[in-house]
Amino acid sequence: MFGKLTWQAIPWDQPIPLVAGSVVVLIVLAVLAWVVIKGYLPYLWREWITSVDHKRIGVMYTLLGAVMLLRGFIDAIMMRSQQAAAFRAAGYLPPEHYDQIFSAHGTIMIFFAAMPIVIGLMNFAVPLQLGVRDVAFPTLNSTSFWLTATGALLVNISLVIGEFARTGWLVYPPLSGLPYSPGVGVDYYLWALLISGVGTLMTGINFVTTILKIRAPGMSYLRMTIFCWTALAANLLIVAAFPILTATLAMLALDRYLDFHFFTNEAGGNMMMFINLIWAWGHPEVYILVLPAFGIFSEVISTFSGKPLFNYRSMVAATMFICLVSYMVWLHHFFTMGAGANVNAFFGISTSIIAVGTGVKIYNWLFTMYGGRIRFTTPMLWSIGFLVTFVIGGMTGVLLAVPPADFLLHNSLFLVAHFHNVIIGGVLFAAFAGITYWFPKAFGFKLDEGWGKIAFWLSLIGFYVVFMPLYVAGLLGMTRRLQHYGVAAWRPWVLVAGIGIIIMICAAACQVVQFVVSIRRRDELRDETGDPWDGRSLEWATASPPPPFNFAVLPDVRGEEPYWEIKRRAIETQQLSAEPKYEPIEMPRNSPTGFITAFFCTMTGFALIWHIWWMVGLGIVAAYAVFVWFAWRDVTEYSIPAEEVARFDRARRQAREQWLAQHAGQPA
Amino acid sequence: MRAALVGTVKQLPDSRSAVVTRALQRHAVPCRMSAALIALLSVSGCSGGVLDAQGPIGAADAKILLNAVGIMLVIVVPTIIAILAFGWWFRASNTRARYRPEFVYSGGIEVVVWGIPTLVIMFLGGVIWIGSHDLDPFKPISSPDKPTEVQVVSLDWKWLFIYPDQGVASVNELAVPAGIPVHFSLTSASVMNMFFVPQLGSMIATMNGMVTQLHLAADKPGEFYGQSAQFSGDGFSDMNFILRAVPQDGFAQWIATARQSGSALDRTSYLALCQQSSNVRPFTYRTVDASLFNAVVNQQLPPCPGPNIEGPGATVRPRLER
Repeated sequence: MFGKLTWQAIPWDQPIPLVAGSVVVLIVLAVLAWVVIKGYLPYLWREWITSVDHKRIGVMYTLLGAVMLLRGFIDAIMMRSQQAAAFRAAGYLPPEHYDQIFSAHGTIMIFFAAMPIVIGLMNFAVPLQLGVRDVAFPTLNSTSFWLTATGALLVNISLVIGEFARTGWLVYPPLSGLPYSPGVGVDYYLWALLISGVGTLMTGINFVTTILKIRAPGMSYLRMTIFCWTALAANLLIVAAFPILTATLAMLALDRYLDFHFFTNEAGGNMMMFINLIWAWGHPEVYILVLPAFGIFSEVISTFSGKPLFNYRSMVAATMFICLVSYMVWLHHFFTMGAGANVNAFFGISTSIIAVGTGVKIYNWLFTMYGGRIRFTTPMLWSIGFLVTFVIGGMTGVLLAVPPADFLLHNSLFLVAHFHNVIIGGVLFAAFAGITYWFPKAFGFKLDEGWGKIAFWLSLIGFYVVFMPLYVAGLLGMTRRLQHYGVAAWRPWVLVAGIGIIIMICAAACQVVQFVVSIRRRDELRDETGDPWDGRSLEWATASPPPPFNFAVLPDVRGEEPYWEIKRRAIETQQLSAEPKYEPIEMPRNSPTGFITAFFCTMTGFALIWHIWWMVGLGIVAAYAVFVWFAWRDVTEYSIPAEEVARFDRARRQAREQWLAQHAGQPA
Repeated sequence: MRAALVGTVKQLPDSRSAVVTRALQRHAVPCRMSAALIALLSVSGCSGGVLDAQGPIGAADAKILLNAVGIMLVIVVPTIIAILAFGWWFRASNTRARYRPEFVYSGGIEVVVWGIPTLVIMFLGGVIWIGSHDLDPFKPISSPDKPTEVQVVSLDWKWLFIYPDQGVASVNELAVPAGIPVHFSLTSASVMNMFFVPQLGSMIATMNGMVTQLHLAADKPGEFYGQSAQFSGDGFSDMNFILRAVPQDGFAQWIATARQSGSALDRTSYLALCQQSSNVRPFTYRTVDASLFNAVVNQQLPPCPGPNIEGPGATVRPRLER
């Protein structure tokens, strides 16, 4: 009846996962109870869960990413404290548990923290910056989000029911094959990523279509913001790379479920093929994360320097250059697998060539600040922290691209320090910069700057204290994923990193406090104008939070910085542009399709993991039925009357009139 | 350039910090950052890490590593200084800084920002090309001495070293003659591992059904820490060994001792060794089946089994001392 699932699947004898799991379950139940008792459930269902509004989906993506970021961070704390304790000692985590933690840490941080935050920010900002009302396929967008949530849920279920993979976050075979990993851990990994991977692919298709086909009148390609350009590049990479991931993991699933031999030791299987394929996805994935991060920094640095982005076209070229070259470098992840000298040299050189594109970007940001009038708000601090940190991370990255150096440093803590240096310094700093930057647009009030700045400084210092010692430990030969070790020379560096994680804990606490304080003080922090930062692109041209239709009238774009132009004209002429003629607006109707499909996909995934075949069939049929039911709908849109649009826009214009009065006589 | 970068493979400098200083001086690196780096590298350079190389391959790898860092610091240090300087000088409250919102394009700067990284990468590309070829792990070390042959099999979770010419084998202990190149042929009995002795240089993967090659040498007698650098399962943390570089007569003596003690390594005892176990104390085999390594590679001997899911699993306990 329930396949492999028995009461033994719950780790009754292991206090750490059991207690952690129970706490999570209790928190979830408490939140649910609170929502139900307060009567918020209908509101949540109507306005959020079934929403197809790109802004709401963006917020939900970011929230999911933030929660998973905390989960992954707890894993990180456990890993660092285990290593700090495990010098010639067993520590407190046995290998079979420790191995799950580092595997879950990597999987969660990449797929369920970084990706959702980046995709969430793209969802929120790209249609606004393009000056349009929504993405190309709104219901698909909602489905993508809920499928990502399915993956996150499955990974977290593994905490209490069964186990997670003990193989590292990229499940290299043959270790991940059935003979060496007979448990359900790898199956949790496979189905979580196969299901959420479909969601990510649909996001890619959705955004490529949106950016290529749906833009405001006059918004030519070379008038799009750099964030839109980087979003385009990232989504092109998603469309090309995620099918590789899905196919590779599907082949591994066939090996495990149906006794195929793609990657087994025997019967002609070849595990090197898996490693090539997974990195043919894996390296573009790095740029899927970091290109939008570059976009966020471009927006932030330009806004807070009070200048247009320096060498805009060069920036576009560098973005697309990185997008293209990122496909030709995957082999640098396994120089030590024994490819010949020519192959290693080719991929080493192609990898370092990427640094040219990144270098150009760094200098363009530098010269954007040159001659600027820099306001050191929290997003700008994150950006400057990024510039310095990323240059160091880039340097160690190019170093690892030199095969003879990689022969010494591959899989060492030097490598671990390098990719945390670029992912924390690049993607995570961008996430915080982006969240702080667009938060007032999404909710109508700013985040508290004081707590934000404390969180920034603690994160920056904490990052250096954790990861600089790991560079040294790597140079001392310390390899990654050690549950315990006996080399005395490594110990001081591991201990310093352990101290660093305490600083990081304080930083994370300050981030949480920042949100709590800001929500409590929201009336003082309120922004009425819709333009709290003196922004330059179109998202600031509408109210905060924007109405469902984003813009009362689609903006007419006449330059690279449309909103800056509008503001300058208003200040010069001392009046807002004439009131437009308001028309009714058609918007897509909310739909529970995404949520219900994801519910059945979760069921299918769980059933596949535990070999509950009847439930697999039920889940697939039900998910398909939901899709057919959605396809048969008659009414797809609803109309917002012109009066409502007018009422909304007049209120916004009134706020802008006040702003104009304050800026009377000022030069633009 | 070739000679400057990787030429003096055999010649070991007297002290590592001297190399660091020299490498950095050659590229005229600005002061503060490089001072910190020298401090950092010399700490890591004298305590058994990859910069404390004890053989020609490790020394050449480390030399390229330091050269590459030096080349990049030339561009990285001024960039970091410029970021902090521009950020500080152009702060909104600085009335002496000129606000130039129209400064958004400069052809000259564009040429420089594309040109300088390109030139640096072209230079580094040369280092990469030459380094990859000179230090290809499969490439023999040129030496008048005939290399010592060692066949390496990674098992769950221990290392088997077979000396085909001497007909003995050892587990988790590797003795080689100092000053003479060693030729390793490597494979795996089960999952992927990575053979790595940090102080001797390059690592290489071991994979079932395949043979990789590695050439290393130790300059002087000594004991060097070796490990797997590829996570391979629950017993991975104890999958380390000591590489003992001994004088040539000492090596002959070690072989002689090995021949007199221990059991024989044939296919039956190999299958017993194959079972998952960790924290295995070093021991030797007095004789070894000459066809064993090839039988593992050609899968005449099946890949080792994973965990025993019916019976009690392998005991995974950390080795507390050592």
